[in-house]
Amino acid sequence: MAWFKKTKEIRTDRKGKIPEGLWVKCDGCREIIYRKEIEKNLKICPKCNYHFRISARERLKLLVDEGSFIEMDENMTSADPIHFKDAVSYKERLKENQKKTGLLEAVISGDALIKGYPASLILMDFSFMGGSMGSVVGEKVSRAAERALEKKQPLVSIASSGGARMQEGIFSLMQMAKVSAVIGRLRDNGILYLSILCDPTFGGVTASFATLGDIIIVEPKSLVGFAGPRVIEQTIKQPLPDNFQRADFLLEHGLIDMVVDRKNLRDTLARLFELFS
Amino acid sequence: MIRYYLEFERPIEELELKIDELKRASDGKDIDISSEIRKLEKKVNDLRSEIFSSLTPWQKTLIARHPDRPYTMDYINMMTSDFVELHGDRRFADDPAVIAGMAKINGIAITIAGHQKGRGIKERIYRNFGQPHPEGYRKALRVMKLAEKFKKPVITFIDTPGAYPGIGAEERGQAEAIAVNLMEMSKLKTPIISVVIGEGGSGGALALGIADRMYMLEHASYSVISPEGCAAILWKKNGDLSAADFSKAADALKLTAQDLMDFKIIDGIIPEPLGGAHRDPEAMAKSVSDFILNAIEELKTRTQAKLLEDRYKRFRKIGTFVEEAE
Repeated sequence: MAWFKKTKEIRTDRKGKIPEGLWVKCDGCREIIYRKEIEKNLKICPKCNYHFRISARERLKLLVDEGSFIEMDENMTSADPIHFKDAVSYKERLKENQKKTGLLEAVISGDALIKGYPASLILMDFSFMGGSMGSVVGEKVSRAAERALEKKQPLVSIASSGGARMQEGIFSLMQMAKVSAVIGRLRDNGILYLSILCDPTFGGVTASFATLGDIIIVEPKSLVGFAGPRVIEQTIKQPLPDNFQRADFLLEHGLIDMVVDRKNLRDTLARLFELFS
Repeated sequence: MIRYYLEFERPIEELELKIDELKRASDGKDIDISSEIRKLEKKVNDLRSEIFSSLTPWQKTLIARHPDRPYTMDYINMMTSDFVELHGDRRFADDPAVIAGMAKINGIAITIAGHQKGRGIKERIYRNFGQPHPEGYRKALRVMKLAEKFKKPVITFIDTPGAYPGIGAEERGQAEAIAVNLMEMSKLKTPIISVVIGEGGSGGALALGIADRMYMLEHASYSVISPEGCAAILWKKNGDLSAADFSKAADALKLTAQDLMDFKIIDGIIPEPLGGAHRDPEAMAKSVSDFILNAIEELKTRTQAKLLEDRYKRFRKIGTFVEEAE
């Protein structure tokens, strides 16, 4: 095996997954870092604090009390409501993604304890069709919120998504309406909702439940917005500011409450539960 | 008047130009060619019926975006009286891409919010081609809250390529503005009736579209992404995409009024005059007005609790999935 695995991919600022090979180039600071060092460090760059993307399962492990997670709706899978036709059919694409990720859909949901506090959880996984929201994601998010309402416990969502899922057409768009309506019920019934946004979160997910949290938390350096930077660049035909749509930009513009390190998220959530209880 | 024809209307254009020519030629002269003209007019009518009875989703998308198509302000002018436009979101600015205000329709006081595209280059730019910034959505919500306070029905007109993708829009929370509208409209304590009059472009359209009654004009479109956007993602030819690609994407997306009626997302399709809404705006406005008045009549007998419960359920139940274990 070579010391350096040569990757021919063109580097972009929005590539968060840890590439294979012994050494990794960090997307945050472009330093070459020993892979094991990053993995030891919760997949955070030890030099610049860039948070690499992690899977929903990995997040779960970092966040909840061991053995406390009870997964719900774990067998729910997508139908093909508009019989979406492409070179690869939607059904095949789903199967591919299931094989690739070991997940059935782009979200895991359930109930768990976080430092002893019960909460309903929504964890999105970007590696499954870009974390896109179709009927299953919409339904699982809605049910998690309804469980929080029923059990009178906080709802916590961890978002990472490219937006609404094109392959379910209008049904995906309408999931935005659905989940927002359910979150509205939490608001009216005094249920705490903490929304955590990770790299990247865009489109139909930010334009629905993810920005409706009572408290909005973003992981360091994450890219979060409505329209993707490429679309904006093409529209306005100007280069974008350096930290555009990054966590510190969002904080500066008053769009979020705080930027919290992955390492401190669990403690932060517990403290908020305590303060709001 | 200079008429604007779409590509697939070329045969119609040719005939209509010929009719114009004949009319001009016979004008003030002693030759009678009126029977000839009548024959041609019948032919044009038949041709139009034929073309418009088998429109593809992409052709419908183009009609929905037709530059002569009546816009929100046209409907306000044609079907309401005493319109008072209200401006500003009280936070940052007034967004000309959204029109909001109060008016009367058939004597009933209503609140209106709708996207406005603008006609002619100058107004199009002023209206940002109907692509709102966050303040447009916040203005609309402010006016809807007024409607709630004074118990007036809300009518929304949807006609936008989408929410504007720009730096300022992001800085001021485009996503949050849309999300808050979705949430607040889902629990607004007054009837909401929504009509897609042209282009229903994704989240930027939906942000005015949470309603108790949802209608679409016959050739309107409503989609999670534009056919162009969909084609670019699927086939990634970047700039090399053709109308054939957009047409294929439009087929796949199922974005027509007829599709949404089949999916039971909307409550009704408002028929358009032959050749599209722009061929007879007055007749179109009359039909839209009739649908709205019927809906107001139907909804006014509902108790508030029932209205809100029905609206919630309407959206809560949308979605298809499989639940049994494999």
